[in-house]
Amino acid sequence: MDRVPVQASILQANQEEATKNRTLFDREGSVAINLMSSPGSGKTSILESTIRLLKGSYRTGVIEGDLQTSLDAERIRALGVPSHQINTGTVCHLDARMVARALEEFPIAGLDLLFIENIGNLICPSSYYLGEHWRVIVCSVVEGADKPKKYPVMFNKADVVILNKMDLIEQSGADLQTLSRNVREVSPRARIFALSCRTGEGMGGWLEWLREVTGRRLSATSAKAGA
Amino acid sequence: MHELSLVMSIIEISEAKAREHRAVSIRTIKVRLGEFTSVAREALAFSFEVARRGTLAEHATLEIEDVPLVVRCAACGSVARPAGDICLLCLDCGLPLRVISGEELQIEYIELD
Repeated sequence: MDRVPVQASILQANQEEATKNRTLFDREGSVAINLMSSPGSGKTSILESTIRLLKGSYRTGVIEGDLQTSLDAERIRALGVPSHQINTGTVCHLDARMVARALEEFPIAGLDLLFIENIGNLICPSSYYLGEHWRVIVCSVVEGADKPKKYPVMFNKADVVILNKMDLIEQSGADLQTLSRNVREVSPRARIFALSCRTGEGMGGWLEWLREVTGRRLSATSAKAGA
Repeated sequence: MHELSLVMSIIEISEAKAREHRAVSIRTIKVRLGEFTSVAREALAFSFEVARRGTLAEHATLEIEDVPLVVRCAACGSVARPAGDICLLCLDCGLPLRVISGEELQIEYIELD
């Protein structure tokens, strides 16, 4: 019997595909953001209000992931922003191959900012790198302060954590201090923005962060073009 | 439940390696599974039973080595194995801890016939 060393990541094929996606994002000068959360925490609503507030500043596109329906892509399109719907059927996460296929039909040329809205799920999407520059996790304050502790792997990989539905903080009796502390404990380096995309409260910090990462990318791209 | 797609990758990678070595079947596949991944050992084992049918790994055993989460503080060097209520801030100095193991999703080796 022969023992043959393999020493390969189980996610090797996904990683290779993600690297190709990343190369494409970099070539086009698009900042790609993987937006993740549990179902119903407000990912699409955050995108809608972000798009409204950013309108005119950046050319934005959205790839939407859902098991069924193109309702989310239609909501984004209604705002005059190009969007593409991925339907996974029964699959509980987006992987790099699905995004690569979407990119064949959805040209990102000229986009400054590409949001990829993942399937609402705090478990499986964390394993699959899509080629994104940034990982943003949304957690609504009404989901309970212990959420980050229950899903530490997901939160640990976040660059930004948005605490949404701040307009419901009083009615729900949510404990923002404990929630923020729990985010900090599982994801010490993440930026945290507490906001309500419905009322607009707190959106400033999130938009400022988007401007920062998009501006950095834009100046890098124009420097390259000028070189 | 993404363990089925992970198992399909495990089999795909193992079969490619087995074919390189002109093997007729795979007897063992050894993987290292980190504690700090979103992957459940039992679901992985169950998915393997389903996915191996009709492949070179049809009669193979999937050996899973659990790799514990180990973290270290870059500032004070203290090492910990957090469990349950995970906190990735150093208890001694409050700075972020670095994960030094527990994120493995790795195929170590295969045994061939």
